[in-house]
Amino acid sequence: MTTVDGAVGAGGGAAGRRVAGRAVQRGGRGPLAGRLAARAGSGAVRVFLVLVALFWLMPSVGLLLSSLRSPAQIAESGWWQVFARPAQITFDNYGHLLSNGKVMGSLVTTAAITVPATVLVVVIGSLAGYAFAWMDFPGRDGWFMVVVGLLVVPVQVALIPVAKLFGAVGLFETTAGVVLFHTAFGLPFAVFLLRNFFAEIPRELLEAARLDGAGELRLFTRVVMPLGGPAIASLGIFQFLWVWNDMLIALIFADSGHPPITVALQQEVRQFGNNIDVLAPGAFLSMVVPLVVFFAFQRQFVSGVMAGAVK
Amino acid sequence: MSDADVPADGGGADVPADAGAGAGATGGGRARRRRGVTGTRAWVAAVFLLPALVLLGALVVYPIGFSVYRSLFDASGNGFVGLGNYGQMFSDDGIRTALRNNVVWVVVAPTVSTALGLIFAVLTERVRWGTAFKLVVFMPMAISMLAAGIIFRLVYDQDPQRGVANAVWVGVHDTFAAPAPFPGAKPRPNADLRPSGGGSFTTASVVRAGSPVKLPLVAVQPGDVRDAKQAVAAGPRPGLVTGTAWLDFTRGGGGRPNVIDPGERALAGLTVQAVRGGAVVASATTAADGTFALPAGKAVGARIRLPGADFAAAYNGVDWLGPALVTPAIIGSYVWMWAGFAMVLIAAGLAGVPRELLEAARVDGADEWQVFRRITVPLLAPVLVVVLVTLMINVLKIFDLVYIIAPGSSLRSANVLALQLFQSSFGTDVDEGLGSAIAVFLLLLVLPVMYVNLRRLRKERRR
Repeated sequence: MTTVDGAVGAGGGAAGRRVAGRAVQRGGRGPLAGRLAARAGSGAVRVFLVLVALFWLMPSVGLLLSSLRSPAQIAESGWWQVFARPAQITFDNYGHLLSNGKVMGSLVTTAAITVPATVLVVVIGSLAGYAFAWMDFPGRDGWFMVVVGLLVVPVQVALIPVAKLFGAVGLFETTAGVVLFHTAFGLPFAVFLLRNFFAEIPRELLEAARLDGAGELRLFTRVVMPLGGPAIASLGIFQFLWVWNDMLIALIFADSGHPPITVALQQEVRQFGNNIDVLAPGAFLSMVVPLVVFFAFQRQFVSGVMAGAVK
Repeated sequence: MSDADVPADGGGADVPADAGAGAGATGGGRARRRRGVTGTRAWVAAVFLLPALVLLGALVVYPIGFSVYRSLFDASGNGFVGLGNYGQMFSDDGIRTALRNNVVWVVVAPTVSTALGLIFAVLTERVRWGTAFKLVVFMPMAISMLAAGIIFRLVYDQDPQRGVANAVWVGVHDTFAAPAPFPGAKPRPNADLRPSGGGSFTTASVVRAGSPVKLPLVAVQPGDVRDAKQAVAAGPRPGLVTGTAWLDFTRGGGGRPNVIDPGERALAGLTVQAVRGGAVVASATTAADGTFALPAGKAVGARIRLPGADFAAAYNGVDWLGPALVTPAIIGSYVWMWAGFAMVLIAAGLAGVPRELLEAARVDGADEWQVFRRITVPLLAPVLVVVLVTLMINVLKIFDLVYIIAPGSSLRSANVLALQLFQSSFGTDVDEGLGSAIAVFLLLLVLPVMYVNLRRLRKERRR
């Protein structure tokens, strides 16, 4: 729980509170009036934030509670009726879903896409990041500029050409094709992030290892990769969530006979309304892994997000 | 959050050049910063770089070239049309809708998300459980746009019995404008009541003193009388005109028309008016047993009217996903997902704002609003710009949410460029030339950001 704040607030919260408290006492008003006004003000802030938090939770809670009701009840009344009649809660929808081979198969496909796409980005990105950070070769800065330039290229620009390219080499509608596409579009950020992180490794460390007779590959696997742990973790979490949650690329490049979970659910959305008993638990099932990863690795996720945007 | 979204800001690692140089000073001197550790041979570097450069070349750089080239040809790919596809982008009605929606998206979604993020970031600094709050608001970032789309499909469901947005909206609406007690109800066909315009019904005969009025109705929704009491025939009362409104229908049959049989239920809460010469002279509401009473002085000689408001169809809320509101509704779901992103980045920036500055301003007598407006916001300006630009790039390519949330009937009205590109390239209206033109157009729109990224990088190098 502390990680979002830890990674993000860096103690700003406590400092802010202290300052605010002091400021009130020094305010122009009398001490008592000032304190009362401050209390009323912070009370209002609290009420506001509680309301916002409830508001923010409501859509997801609605989906969760809908997934726990029978199709007949879903059709008849809103999920909030559960609060009046808790007996309505049933796990039947999940039971049906778990025994549905297509849905479970799609989760396997999603994993089969996400894990390799994450590993490949980390490995290939690390190799290139290390080369850009510590190797000397002609045109290094120019190549790195190209990679940084590619950071903002929208995936849309590659959809048609890569579909044709994959069609020509037999990768269209294959898991391998989806993995390669995700890897390629994950690379600019990976190389950028890791090169900057690796460059901070103290030179002495690398030179000492070199003097001990370590070759370039050994240096990379034994010194650079372990020291790059935090950045690699951030990148890995970031890429994992991005690929797991992708729908567009899977929609075009994945095997339509064995689609990942997002595409499988998207096909169900076509008949939205009479299949909420499938959609709601399905959507929740697709969220389980990302949410577990998010809660387990908040710090890495947040710093990955921030690495992309601000210092 | 595409990996490609992220404007490079020297991000996560702004220091490398300096750090490397500092360390290098002890080793090789400043002249060649970050020299290869021990003079690696070029082919080793090539091996390390090869996988990345091959993938980037084949799947990112080559496609850019191909898209530019392909955008100059027609749908079949054989006829050269020059910039014709780009011309069509701005003349085709469907794509113009997409362009217009994209402008709305790019202006509204990042602004609202950033503004909310700023407010949340500033306010959470003041409560002890700010972290828990941040977690709640940031969490939607972790789930897929598909899942968010399904979540909001449910939120925006038209039926107020199912969609929470309309349930709340109808609840608020009915608090201020009471709903009709018996929507759809009407008089028994052979009763004394005749339609009198606007959904109202008026008695054909005038009221006589001492003779109670009968208002037999049918076609009442079963749910509206579930808890209703037995109807009671109103007796004559001195100085008053009385009467009864009831559901003239006996369950299981055997009821007599125009007679209050046992088991026939009262209609409570109906407005009953006495009308004389077109003007309402008295008005009453039926009680729990269906009876009402009007002052005889005014009502005798008048006709009794049941106004249309008694029977108006129930208010059914807003058509969130109809053509008019579909884009704002989907933008709402985007803000739900991304306000947390803005909040977290802004909170990080806020932690770097020197507290002494804020305190000094407060000591000088500035109130909280002035401190926020004059000091916090200007100091956060660089962060706010980065957040806005990141979100703009992201929104430019918005696809999943629109594709999932907009029902088929509103898909055209909700159209955006990325969706049109998908439809043109892989969907119903196949025209790869046009699809490529849209892709190139999207790329052109992010070129300024690419330029800024590169210039910043070069500046860092020179430092």
